[in-house]
Amino acid sequence: MPSLGTSFGRGGATVWLPDIANADCILIEGSNFAEAHPVGFRFVMEAKERGATIIHVDPRFTRTSAMADIYAPIRSGTDIAFLGGIINYVLTNERYFKEYVYAYTNASNIVSEKFQDTEDLDGVFSGYDKEGRVYDTSTWAYEKDERGHVKRDPSFQHPRCVLNLLRRHYSRYTAEMVERVCGIPPATFTKIADLLASNSGREKTTAFAYALGWTQHTDGVQMIRTAAVLQLLLGNIGRPGGGIMALRGHADIQGATDIATLYDLLPGYLPTPSALRDEQTLAAWLKTNTKPTGWWANTPKYMVSLLKAFYGEHAKAENDYCFDYLPQLIGDHSMLPLVFAMKDGTVKGYFAIGQNPGASNQNAGLTRAAMEQLEWFVNIDSYDNETVSFWRREGADPSKIGTEVFFLPAATVLEKEGTMTQTSRMLQWHDRAIKPLGDSKSDAWYFTWFAKRLKELYADSTDPKDRPIQHMTWDYDHDDPSERAKGEPSVLKVLQEINGYRVADGEQVASFTELKDDGSTACGGWIYSGVCPDKQNNRARNRDGSGPYTALNWGFAWPANRRTLYNRASADPDGKPWSERKKYVWWDESQGKWTGIDVPDFIATKAPNTPADPDGKGMDAHSGADPFIMMMDGRGQLFVASGLKDGPLPAHYEPVQSVVRNELYGQQSNPAYGEYRRDDNPYNGEVSDDYPYVLTTYRITEYSGIMTKYVPWLAELQPAAFAEIDPELAVEKGIKNGGWVTISTATGDMEARALVSGRMQPLRVTSKGQRKRVHQIGVPYNFGEMTGLARGDSVGNLIPIALDPNVSIHESKTLTCNIRAGRRPPRHRDRIDAPVPAQERDPLGQPIGDWAKAHHGHGYQHMQGDEHGGSEV
Amino acid sequence: MATGFFTDTTLCIGCKACEVACKQWNELPSDGFAFSGNSYDNTVELSGTTWRHVAFVEQTMPTEDGVANRWLMSSDVCKHCTNAGCMEACPTGAIIRNEYDSVFIQPDVCNGCGYCVVSCPFGVVDLIERFDPEGTHYNLASLSEERVEEQKTALQGHGGVAGKCTLCYDRQKLGFVPACAKACPTESIQFGNIDELRERARARVETLTKRGIHAELYGADDAGGGVGPLNAFFLLTDRPEAYNLPAEPVLPSTRQPAGYTAAAVTALGLAIAGWMIFRNA
Amino acid sequence: MKTTIDLTQFAPSQELDLHERVGSLPNVLSQRTRELKGRIANAKAVTSLCCYCAVGCSLLAYVSDDGTLLDVEGNPESPINRGHLCPKGSAIFGFTMNDQRWTTVKYRAPYSDRYEERPLEWALERIAQLVKETREKTFAREWTNPDTGEKRRVNHTLGIASLGGATFGIEENYMLGKLMHSLGVVSIENQARI
Repeated sequence: MPSLGTSFGRGGATVWLPDIANADCILIEGSNFAEAHPVGFRFVMEAKERGATIIHVDPRFTRTSAMADIYAPIRSGTDIAFLGGIINYVLTNERYFKEYVYAYTNASNIVSEKFQDTEDLDGVFSGYDKEGRVYDTSTWAYEKDERGHVKRDPSFQHPRCVLNLLRRHYSRYTAEMVERVCGIPPATFTKIADLLASNSGREKTTAFAYALGWTQHTDGVQMIRTAAVLQLLLGNIGRPGGGIMALRGHADIQGATDIATLYDLLPGYLPTPSALRDEQTLAAWLKTNTKPTGWWANTPKYMVSLLKAFYGEHAKAENDYCFDYLPQLIGDHSMLPLVFAMKDGTVKGYFAIGQNPGASNQNAGLTRAAMEQLEWFVNIDSYDNETVSFWRREGADPSKIGTEVFFLPAATVLEKEGTMTQTSRMLQWHDRAIKPLGDSKSDAWYFTWFAKRLKELYADSTDPKDRPIQHMTWDYDHDDPSERAKGEPSVLKVLQEINGYRVADGEQVASFTELKDDGSTACGGWIYSGVCPDKQNNRARNRDGSGPYTALNWGFAWPANRRTLYNRASADPDGKPWSERKKYVWWDESQGKWTGIDVPDFIATKAPNTPADPDGKGMDAHSGADPFIMMMDGRGQLFVASGLKDGPLPAHYEPVQSVVRNELYGQQSNPAYGEYRRDDNPYNGEVSDDYPYVLTTYRITEYSGIMTKYVPWLAELQPAAFAEIDPELAVEKGIKNGGWVTISTATGDMEARALVSGRMQPLRVTSKGQRKRVHQIGVPYNFGEMTGLARGDSVGNLIPIALDPNVSIHESKTLTCNIRAGRRPPRHRDRIDAPVPAQERDPLGQPIGDWAKAHHGHGYQHMQGDEHGGSEV
Repeated sequence: MATGFFTDTTLCIGCKACEVACKQWNELPSDGFAFSGNSYDNTVELSGTTWRHVAFVEQTMPTEDGVANRWLMSSDVCKHCTNAGCMEACPTGAIIRNEYDSVFIQPDVCNGCGYCVVSCPFGVVDLIERFDPEGTHYNLASLSEERVEEQKTALQGHGGVAGKCTLCYDRQKLGFVPACAKACPTESIQFGNIDELRERARARVETLTKRGIHAELYGADDAGGGVGPLNAFFLLTDRPEAYNLPAEPVLPSTRQPAGYTAAAVTALGLAIAGWMIFRNA
Repeated sequence: MKTTIDLTQFAPSQELDLHERVGSLPNVLSQRTRELKGRIANAKAVTSLCCYCAVGCSLLAYVSDDGTLLDVEGNPESPINRGHLCPKGSAIFGFTMNDQRWTTVKYRAPYSDRYEERPLEWALERIAQLVKETREKTFAREWTNPDTGEKRRVNHTLGIASLGGATFGIEENYMLGKLMHSLGVVSIENQARI
């Protein structure tokens, strides 16, 4: 979530879901809200009933579109062009929320004269290294005065102040350009732009909602960034009925980012140490990752407390709090590069827990082929799936596959207790309803078993490399003897450790503000601190949903139970509500503190007129009118000087595989995207006549993979993989509704049932001056060919791996393909299964160029404190 | 108190929560795993084991810029008619009107004759002809022992047993809202006192009309054809036929005097009913 | 639209005259009908949470005295779902109680063409041994940066990888992360690569 992080300060939805009902206008783009989050969508319906205008921009007319007041069909993957067009509209027509923009954003910052825009370099920014395919971001810096402070121009006359750079950067993103690129008629575009502007300002607010339709692109981070820039210009962040709703997919996907099981993050968004940076000691790590001003000045407290939580009494000042126990990164170890590393033999043992990469990974065939190289594979799940049974897939010969495979049965949510963090960053505890069936165990049970057994296996070792296992704390024994006898750990004790405690007396800390960097506190995830403020109190289990819609006594939303982030911005610089209608959090002069219907996301007693100390440390550098407390300058970032790897401003690029040339720049696709040149990951080519149609993928309400395909009640609702095709293309290709089609790419093929529908419509776009009719084909994700009652080929077979440079997310929303009527031929071993030539191999599975260096080396700007702004949380 | 459903199709997002919640509560099997090609509708129609069914109506109209789409979604259900054809045709007394004014099939009395199936003006009632708890349609692990036993007994020696929405009679007795209405995320399905629902529906039509949306009620008042008002009625934005609802439903008995055959059926029915009463007494 | 129906309370009222508007036949109530009562009449309601998407709908799981799961519904108290659920959430009962669910260990030996049932303890012990063996074989203390020639301490293994996290709890994520980091695993990943 670096897009939201670099723009506002934290990588989470800024909005509390029920608050959407307060919006005057809702733009849903990159999300099929009604289908993917039906219960959340009731707040959209409520807003609509209250008079809000609902806009849906999507390649397909979906169940969300059916509920919208305005539906705009868009060519998949062109959202930056569309939103950039609105930015241009808002700036050109002077319809941005001036007071908000002037006070709360970095619009007046002056950017270095070394900076060159995509307007100057035909689609790349200054600092681009063509060989290495990476940016040196140093030219994106701000100009500084002799005291080292960023120069600002409050009169907005300077040509290089951020506001004027924005104007120039988007000046060619006109309504006509939007039509050419996106296929949206100018009248529709202008109507939407006007609605967004009219429904923003003091009296009104507009909310944006997006999901994977924006993230899963090679410029996905920049797509969301465009929305962030626009919402800042419209003054909608931190206000009721405004914000950006990031609709997360899985039940605990926010939690799995916060308390990260991600290669590059430790819990609480602390970067994992990297050998590609100078982080060999704790002091060096702190130097790289602590910021002088803003909330991240507290980083040392959080890191030292985390190490204390991990390694207990063994973590001491004199041994760097066991900092060297943490493994160091040497590249991008994320899940798709890993597949190549697996195929090339680096990975020997693999755990997949509640995830089905054999069907859901991009180039799914490659994942299944790579698994043949494993010595062992452990799957913890509740059902048979395409991953665990990779060895008996179509075309495979089990007698040649040496992998030892274990399936461990997993308890379902009803069979265990614990906490999950939902899409508005809210932690909710669930009680255990029934005992796990059969031999099924909770994941907590398994992890505890392994932790204890490995401690035993390493108990006698004197090898320093084994100390982390010996010293790792695991004090989660259940207080209930019968549970303890069954080996069930106390999940509550884990949550209490995540909350943090004082080392001396073991008492809980009430908040992250109590954490120290001297080893006197331990805390497993500082952002969750406050969830268990004492041993008796588990606020994730708070279940009083009465009162105002902010429902502060239901669950616990990080940080500090705040529902809407940056809510200081719901008041004007003087601390008064922007309007009575949009009153939310404000300064109460008589009490000398911030008050309202939410927990203020601000220092509670810091008055609005508190001046900033330009030389101050930490929060002293912020004034009482700087709402974005995580940022170094306390402001929303229209321009991101550091923290992003592919540009300080979003620019439209075509997807790696497209049906048109980039109308805006000579540069076709994101110059920094992660590209592979391997036989087992072939691309269709930038624009290829062999693959003339756009392919887009998505989830549907009734089907989500393993968790739905075995349930007869759901399987009957969507029993088979299908492809949505417009009637014109169907006629052209002789495809019959309900019949079979085969869709192919250079990577692979799949068969599906045809669903011919007028909801799919060809678009008219322009490619290098030529008008072109574009057909888009839609295929739902997560079907698998091997298991379940509802089944079908996985669309993952069609998708080559290409990565966004910021987060290594894949491009699976916009692809190209061909299609024909009929079924596919049987599968045999092919180039995806075969080993690649030696020169194509890479033990780390990195994309070409200086990928690893760019991700973790000297050019890496991750949370670096050299510029104002730019944190990656 | 008479209770019922008001299904406001303008609020339906086609998620099919109603179908699943109904099946979960009533322990009903799936109807199979066939891909229909009919929009997002793969259960296709109400059946003896599908008591809520969401219809998907795709309408594409050409415009200046291309096309305009409309996708109507509507959750269909037994109408719980004032004058219920099924009940009139039932020769065994299996179909009763309960204290909530719902039309309720007693599976333990039903002999599977199927007269109700052809007598329903809306084509709602259907026979459950097989019970195959081991089959993939059923998911035995999700069925209670009582349900398995009951279903076996109900089908013993019969060609089937009639099935349709019970308006969650068993839940209402506990003071619970029917499963479909409770689940419905957008409150397209509203449950309550039928008079209150009718009032609310009329107000809703007014609101929508003011917004320039064509809205009409289906079955809130007399549905015509002798059927009378429906205890499960609908707010539609297109003609009823668009949703596969009959524009002019007819209660078969209103045509009875015309034919001897119908009279004979009635006589036979009465005879069997008489026997049932005798037996029960 | 507003939440107009109070899902927690719906009072059954007086009985209708059962012989009102019955057409040509009298109604007779069978014993089953007379005794009909929802199966959750005396059940305990346990507050759980939907495991499908990230909206976070609160659930009530109804459980009988003997610990049998009877029914799962939305929790009307929740400010998020107010008792409502989508089709997936409504099916969570069938996801847990399912004929096709695997509730025992399945083991596929190298080069075998089938799964075998194995005791849980056996499988766990075998996995623990394999983890140790692979770690011993692949653990690296130092790494030489190919660009700079500089040696750096890494204390890691590239031989083991872990995938998954978004479908289980935060406590479990924390435990998994702590365990994997302490083993020296760097490729710790889940669905949340965004």
